[in-house]
Amino acid sequence: MDFIQSTDYSQFVSMLPELIVLGIFVIVLLADLFAGDTKKSFLTPMTAVLFLLGTVAIWIVPASGESIFGGMYVNDTMTNAVKAILNIGAFIVILQSAKWVDREDVVIRKAEFFELMLVTLFGMYLMVSARHFLLFIIGLETASLPLAAMVAFEKRHYESHEAAIKYILTAVFSSAILMVGLSFVYAFSTGSLYFDDLARVIQSGEMSGLLIAAIAFVIAGIGFKLSLVPFHLWTADVYQGAPTAVTSYLSVVSKGAAAVTFFVIFTTCFGGVYSDCWEWMMYAVIIATITIGNLFAIRQKNMKRFMAFSSISQAGYIMLGAMAADGRGLASMIFYIFVYIVSNLGAFAVISTIESSTGKLSMDDYNGLHKTNPWLSFTMTLAMFSLAGIPPFAGFFSKILIFTSVTGTGSMALYMLVLIALINTIISLYYYLLVVKAIWISPEEPKIGAFRSDNWSRLALWICVAGIVFFGIVPFIYQYCVDSVSASAGMLGLLN
Amino acid sequence: MFENILIWFVVIPVIMMIGLGLCRNSGMKAIRAVMVVGSTALLALSVVLCCDFLRLRGMGVDDEMLFTGSWLWYAPLNIHLAVGVDGISVLMLLLSSVIVFAGTFASWKINPLPKNFFLWYCLLSTGVYGFFISIDIFTMFMFYEVALIPMYLLIGVWGTGRKEYSAMKLTLMLMGGSAFLMLGLLGIYWHSAPEGGVPTWNILEIAHNSAIDPSWQNLLFCCTFVGFGVLGAMFPFHTWSPDGHACAPTAVSMLHAGVLMKLGGYGCFRIAIYLLPAAANELAWIFIILTGISIVYGAFSACVQTDLKYINAYSSVSHCGMVLFAILMLNTTAMTGAILQMLSHGLMTALFFALIGMIYGRTHTRDIRQMGGLMKIMPYLGVCYMIAGFASLGLPGLSGFVAEMTIFFGSFQNSDLFHRVFVITATCSIVITAVYILRVVGKLLLGPVQDKHHLELTDATWFERLATVTLIVCIAGIGCFPNWINETIQHSFVPIINAIQGAI
Repeated sequence: MDFIQSTDYSQFVSMLPELIVLGIFVIVLLADLFAGDTKKSFLTPMTAVLFLLGTVAIWIVPASGESIFGGMYVNDTMTNAVKAILNIGAFIVILQSAKWVDREDVVIRKAEFFELMLVTLFGMYLMVSARHFLLFIIGLETASLPLAAMVAFEKRHYESHEAAIKYILTAVFSSAILMVGLSFVYAFSTGSLYFDDLARVIQSGEMSGLLIAAIAFVIAGIGFKLSLVPFHLWTADVYQGAPTAVTSYLSVVSKGAAAVTFFVIFTTCFGGVYSDCWEWMMYAVIIATITIGNLFAIRQKNMKRFMAFSSISQAGYIMLGAMAADGRGLASMIFYIFVYIVSNLGAFAVISTIESSTGKLSMDDYNGLHKTNPWLSFTMTLAMFSLAGIPPFAGFFSKILIFTSVTGTGSMALYMLVLIALINTIISLYYYLLVVKAIWISPEEPKIGAFRSDNWSRLALWICVAGIVFFGIVPFIYQYCVDSVSASAGMLGLLN
Repeated sequence: MFENILIWFVVIPVIMMIGLGLCRNSGMKAIRAVMVVGSTALLALSVVLCCDFLRLRGMGVDDEMLFTGSWLWYAPLNIHLAVGVDGISVLMLLLSSVIVFAGTFASWKINPLPKNFFLWYCLLSTGVYGFFISIDIFTMFMFYEVALIPMYLLIGVWGTGRKEYSAMKLTLMLMGGSAFLMLGLLGIYWHSAPEGGVPTWNILEIAHNSAIDPSWQNLLFCCTFVGFGVLGAMFPFHTWSPDGHACAPTAVSMLHAGVLMKLGGYGCFRIAIYLLPAAANELAWIFIILTGISIVYGAFSACVQTDLKYINAYSSVSHCGMVLFAILMLNTTAMTGAILQMLSHGLMTALFFALIGMIYGRTHTRDIRQMGGLMKIMPYLGVCYMIAGFASLGLPGLSGFVAEMTIFFGSFQNSDLFHRVFVITATCSIVITAVYILRVVGKLLLGPVQDKHHLELTDATWFERLATVTLIVCIAGIGCFPNWINETIQHSFVPIINAIQGAI
């Protein structure tokens, strides 16, 4: 594939989703510049509305299905679906951060928050669409570095700074590991970083130590982003220190993008050595991720740390989709990410509403919450049930569909993996029920008084509740995931 | 979709939930109105279904399942919402309706948060009804889990005693069972079609294909039987049951012991045995041992308890063990007995728990050592308790007798030594049952009054009488006219027995 011949600037038109996000970014930036220091109140509604319009545009404009720049970048129905889903997550985060960004010491930097978020989203788009390792790295870095600035957004809290330092160091470190892996890949594929070239070499070539090392490094590099065990140690501290809106963004959107990218890289590039090599690495990593995430979550009392460990274990479930390594697995994975976004953001919306109104973050503060805030209690309960995989809520369907896809390969080892995952859902049910217990059963007098949450958070909560209740019962969301994957399956080199 | 009568069993509870959602939390009258109208509608619906079913059978319609309907749900994985009933499911639906109806009246004065209580109660009933009408194992499993989770809040919030511990234990153990169950169901799904076919979740199609490889069947049988067995309180997975039942509020104990534990037996019968007949033949002995232990161990444990609810919870372990034991005998007579036992146990345990709730509401103790002579103080409740007790120990004319006799007759048809030994051991439990029932009746109802304050207590109120009469009529009905039930269910065993015979 000759890059020089294919530099035709009309190709940029195919990057519609990226252009939309970039456009919103520029508008927000200019609006911020010309608004002056006092008149910032229009920024949140403007960003939210623009963002919503952009999401709808991405959703309804059919994907061109082309791969441009000599195959570096593809825009097909699958990537569009993933981008639209990530957008919904980011949209909910914008809504739930609306009250926080209007706080006295933050409001001056309000637009920056949205800008940074849009930039990271742009990076994630590139990751999802990349079919060349350089573009992938550019996307990854664009997604990671501004996130560190977002983590440090609470200027006056030292935890926030500490978290940012931890985050940037691990991000850079993981990128370095990833680069080493990619340099091995470069050597192995004799001078090409295109996914397709590598796939061809691997299919014809033998297994070698170089390839195994390359795959291990790539798993480690992306594993940091996904906070898979044993690359998860930064997660709890960063989640705790970061502003709650950023934590929720980190836990769903950035994870979702990394998971899909992982799937694409490992099925297209390394698909040839699935059973020889990375199946077993991921097998161990997934078991460790799910189990350790769960076991650590049991002891957490701070809600943000609690959600951090819960999200580690959820990442393990997401990665189960990669073990299926076929179109069905990818569709179930995207569906899982979508359901996870609404469930987790539902929980975070409650946490951030309570935090911004009362400053309380400990699970003990939630004791007897139902007496003062029945609707928040109700939402939290639904979110916990959905995360634990209880029907008729969406989380049940996403879990079962991903288990069904994994067992569909027919291998006994994967049945055992599913069994371990199923048993882990029981452990996770235990700690999710602890929250439910604190809210409904604990006899103590409520520590959080009755308050009225702002309209933005209410909207976020309603979206999440609707998602939790209906995404499972109505089948067309999963159907949409399946359709979008099967329409672009040829591009991914998947069999079905 | 809504022209199918079965769908309404799920739709009505959902409508009830919406109705409750519109009530105010303090609007007790509106809440009761919704519950009474809804549960009466459900009862009427199941009676109509039952009559219609018998009419069709009388006309000679001998399809395996009647009132079938199937609507595609998740097309990529061939998941349908498929419904259909045979005689067994019809009776189970009837049983559930009777108990939901009685439970509504038994929790007439529930406090605090009556609205939330009935919301979760309706969600629980949705799960139960959905389970019995489904013939698609995916939706069956979904409804099964829907029925499990409300238990946590129902026990945790409205229970008594060590409620947090019991609620958590019950939920985690049952969900643990369903983890194994899910694995079994996934295995069944992926092996359901013959080579090259499309896998299916539909029970009838799976049984028709009978394509599951025997080497897989053994694993899947163990997973599904253990999964359902946990809910059927099979030894050694029964420990959730005494704690859970003891701490649950009255209506929840009734529904849980009366109906939810039947989900276990029904599931073992419909999925584990029917879909995996080769493994059932081969591995039944393992579970015969376990359920045999359940029967005797449960009965002995009940003898030494002093808390009324613990006594009945252990007696449920024993009686539900009998259900699974009879199913594993793999012949028509014993299985008929198993179904009769499910109905009989469902009704009489519900009656027991309702009565215990009423007695506890008055005396504020469940310890039989602190009570006595209640027959003089509250004769109506005393007589009801006696009737329940006699049904439990198998007095002819009540349901327990018919069920246990049929089970033991059927079990004796297996003439090898192993079966004989276990059947005779299980039969001994009749005597032990008599011991603990008579012990309670003697201590609680007869004898001197233990506490002077008890003399001032009142007898049953109208809604309590309504709840108990409903249940007693059904118990006596089964005891006096068992043939009616026999006729309803006899068709249902043919395909299962054929499958088992075919697999030998």
